[in-house]
Amino acid sequence: MATTVPEHFQGHADHHGHADHDHKPSFFARWFMSTNHKDIGTMYLIFAIFAGIIGGAFSGMMRIELAEPGIQYLDIFARWFGATNPDFNSTLHVWNVLITAHGLIMVFFMVMPAMIGGFGNWFVPLMIGAPDMAFPRMNNISFWLTVAGFISLLCSAFVPGGTGLGAGTGWTVYAPLSTTGSPGPAVDFGIFALHLAGAGSIMGAINFITTIFNMRAPGMTMHKMPLFVWSVLVTAFLLLLSLPVLAAAITMLLTDRNFGTTFFDPSGGGDPVLYQHLFWFFGHPEVYIMILPGFGIISQIVSTFSKKPVFGYLGMAYAMVAIGVVGFIVWAHHMYATGMSVNTKMYFTAATMVIAVPTGIKIFSWIATMWGGSVEFKSPMVWAIGFIFLFTVGGVTGVVLANGGVDDVLHDTYYVVAHFHYVLSLGAVTALFAGFYYWFPKMSGRMHSEFLAHVHFWIFFIGVNMIFFPMHFLGLQGMPRRYPDYAEAYQHWNHVATIGYMVMATSLVVWLINMLYAFTAGRKAEDSYWGEGATTLEWTLTSPPPFHQFETLPVIEEAAHH
Amino acid sequence: MAGAAAPSTDGKTRSNRRVAFIALSMALGMLGLGYASVPLYRIFCQVTGYNGTTRRADEAQAAAVQVTDKTVSIRFDANVERGMPWQFKPLQRTDTVTIGERDMALFWAKNDSDKVITGTASFNVEPEQAARYFNKIQCFCFTEQTLQPGEAVKMPVIYYVDPAFLNDPDNKDVEQITLSYTFHVTSTSDAKTLDHSQTGG
Repeated sequence: MATTVPEHFQGHADHHGHADHDHKPSFFARWFMSTNHKDIGTMYLIFAIFAGIIGGAFSGMMRIELAEPGIQYLDIFARWFGATNPDFNSTLHVWNVLITAHGLIMVFFMVMPAMIGGFGNWFVPLMIGAPDMAFPRMNNISFWLTVAGFISLLCSAFVPGGTGLGAGTGWTVYAPLSTTGSPGPAVDFGIFALHLAGAGSIMGAINFITTIFNMRAPGMTMHKMPLFVWSVLVTAFLLLLSLPVLAAAITMLLTDRNFGTTFFDPSGGGDPVLYQHLFWFFGHPEVYIMILPGFGIISQIVSTFSKKPVFGYLGMAYAMVAIGVVGFIVWAHHMYATGMSVNTKMYFTAATMVIAVPTGIKIFSWIATMWGGSVEFKSPMVWAIGFIFLFTVGGVTGVVLANGGVDDVLHDTYYVVAHFHYVLSLGAVTALFAGFYYWFPKMSGRMHSEFLAHVHFWIFFIGVNMIFFPMHFLGLQGMPRRYPDYAEAYQHWNHVATIGYMVMATSLVVWLINMLYAFTAGRKAEDSYWGEGATTLEWTLTSPPPFHQFETLPVIEEAAHH
Repeated sequence: MAGAAAPSTDGKTRSNRRVAFIALSMALGMLGLGYASVPLYRIFCQVTGYNGTTRRADEAQAAAVQVTDKTVSIRFDANVERGMPWQFKPLQRTDTVTIGERDMALFWAKNDSDKVITGTASFNVEPEQAARYFNKIQCFCFTEQTLQPGEAVKMPVIYYVDPAFLNDPDNKDVEQITLSYTFHVTSTSDAKTLDHSQTGG
């Protein structure tokens, strides 16, 4: 990052601080009526951890059921959700509820709140030298709408969804399964959850765009912004342009379900395929929404621990813009199996592969940043390198699946599951942990244990690869997604994957122990505890930063090499 | 410094509101586009034959079509939506037609219930890339069909396959086109309430 911070800056903050400079409101007012970007960021992170544990527990329930062929545990799970003497169909319905809940929770209530709500809220204002977000109270509404959405989604598990309790539509909520196929209020609760979370995210996006355009410190031009800020800006635009389309689509679902409209019902002239087009017009940008802030985090970390500015800064920033733009015109590659002419498939194949170009720019620029750098393998850097490797594996299988002809064979197999978990579960989540270890001492004021952070990384890395790498084999052998049972031939690699889940879950215990250690025995964190490589503005502040920072705006001087 | 800060803060608020307003307008615009996609998608399907949407032609257009010496097989398929108490079937399973020449197919439907049922047929062509060349001149699917309790009817479809079909590389391996119909209930009323004397016979 080409930003230099004036040496006298720290003095500035102190001069202008009042005696009650760091006065915090009472507990209730501080946390429930919060307008402070750091407090809201903290709440988003805690919320995301909480939701992630629930969503992760659901995946554990799925993995244990898949450990061997046949149905072993779904009946027990059905009783947990409150079914008394569930019949065979409603037992199997629990599987659909689990995949639906896992997907929706991880996308909307874990990755997005952590990346954008958590790290975005915490560090965008700090990195651009702003005292807070542009609309602090709207920030508060965004958070609580997300919480309300999550509660609505949890409620859906306990009300009838057609075949059994809960919404069993998959995270894509395709019609007609989600309309005529799922009577009962569960799917309505699910749709309502998406409305609330979507409204919260749109408000958050407006807040970020305004903050980044209008509240940069003097001298902080767009082309000097840290790459994490660029990533959140592009993400905010993707949210702003894609979420309303999802809102329109699920509102049509809602009226089709309850008010007799026929947007997706052929008997009234509608078409269920239109829902898929609308959903994926949102859904494809959505996958970039989940990964772009991760790109930003990785750029900060790689630069910090290589003690070099990021290689090709402008190329990195505009690569993200390019990914965002092209991400809007590739949606139908999720729909190759709906029936498309060869020419349409050729277009979507080519357009999808074009995305590999800006993504490749990013991967190679990270490597070029490390090249010749004085690389230090602190925990965030180890996680970041893990990210680059895992994301590249997921990216390569993405290029394979982009081919319309290949996708005809692999569509809805475990190969697809392996692909999107490599970029999201292994990519986005690894980026989240990288960012977490990078910034945790800054947010909390306490150092974590580097040893435990490394242990966490290696166990997690081995675990997730054990879960998801065998899924490539299962998919190529033809094992379909979304079933709780499978032919005996698939048992071996499913068993390995389930053991991998347990390994991964163990790593999360190490992480929680590390947090416990940090809060009880952790060393007090210095202002810039990662040393000279950390050059962005948050490192000029104390750890944790004062309740109100930058009451006098920092001035960013012209960098020497510009 | 402090004195100069106040107006600049006001300016900042105004500027923040302007950016937020523009961003909100973009979001609302996309919401509107989401809804606008419904009619746009319908037009797109009609123009391109996307998703198996057939064409509709009038007599004049049909008369202007050049008849070729090539033939193609047409398969007819008839369904009713789940729970609809009608029998519905084609009176010919397949038919070999000369491309460009108009042909008539007959379907038969019977209302098995004791209610007056009005239905609409949705339609689709497989393979989808043939749909844009499948032109219907007359079809029972253009209008609603009402059947009295126990009533049976024969319903015609008059259609032709556009000769441009022969020049489309996407269709060069297509030997048979399937035309599929599904009847959906539009409304149901009790036979008693519909008294023939009221309508004057």
